Amino acid sequence: MQMDWIMGLIGGLLIGSGAALFLLGNGRIMGASGIIGGLVDGSGRSKARESLVFLAGLIGIPALLFLLTGPKETFATTNLTLLLLGGLSVGLGTRLANGCTSGHGVCGISRLSLRGTIATLIYIGAGAATVLLARHVLGVV
Amino acid sequence: MRLALAFLSGGLFGAGLFFSGMTDTRKVLGWLDFFGAWDITLAFVMGGAILPMFVAWRLTAQRAPLVGGHFPTPPADQITPRLAIGSVLFGIGWGLVGLCPGPALASLSYGGTSGWIFLVAMLAGMLAAPRLATRLDNARASA
Repeated sequence: MQMDWIMGLIGGLLIGSGAALFLLGNGRIMGASGIIGGLVDGSGRSKARESLVFLAGLIGIPALLFLLTGPKETFATTNLTLLLLGGLSVGLGTRLANGCTSGHGVCGISRLSLRGTIATLIYIGAGAATVLLARHVLGVV
Repeated sequence: MRLALAFLSGGLFGAGLFFSGMTDTRKVLGWLDFFGAWDITLAFVMGGAILPMFVAWRLTAQRAPLVGGHFPTPPADQITPRLAIGSVLFGIGWGLVGLCPGPALASLSYGGTSGWIFLVAMLAGMLAAPRLATRLDNARASA
């Protein structure tokens, strides 16, 4: 358990360093939903090349680490309904809210942004309510 | 330069997600399970990520990004219905599967079929978002 916390802290520092580099280097907010969504709906066209290369790193480096360090899984559900509903609401919700865990959470809270902090409290609250209902009442996750 | 920095940022983000355990949906759902076997790891990840960013925001004062241009102007600190509705929807999806946009991409190489199905659904949601966003913004403007 404590090992998990240490790995969490180290991983977090790496994530924050990536965000700091993207801000100080490229002048951009490292928000995953903003970068992906901007490519999907065309709103981020002017920065498309930079965004695609960012995503190549985001997908490629873990893929490389996976090849080097061996077995790893996400243990995600295989329930098609949950995957589709979950994916749809994550995609729709993060774009409506203009941010997700990285944008509002990491980049927003560190700027002491009220908006980012409130958004983070709301999605954690909604997530906790969902787990409470889906796991402890309905027993589906 | 610009592209190398972007790749490095994305790579650090991906490596951090990989090592932190945040691509393991059991740990993320465990964090959200306040009334069950609560897993606090995510708080360490979030705290660890906020530290360098807190310093980075301080460093932006009276400076410009390395590649030139300007730092992004922060949005007005307004809590709109759109922000609240979007965050609720995001939280629901996050709680159903345990993936958010960053980890969904970082785990593509080892997330199997479930990972790809989630990604396609997420992209569809993102594609549909601007329409709903416009409606919410108009409703607010005319209210």
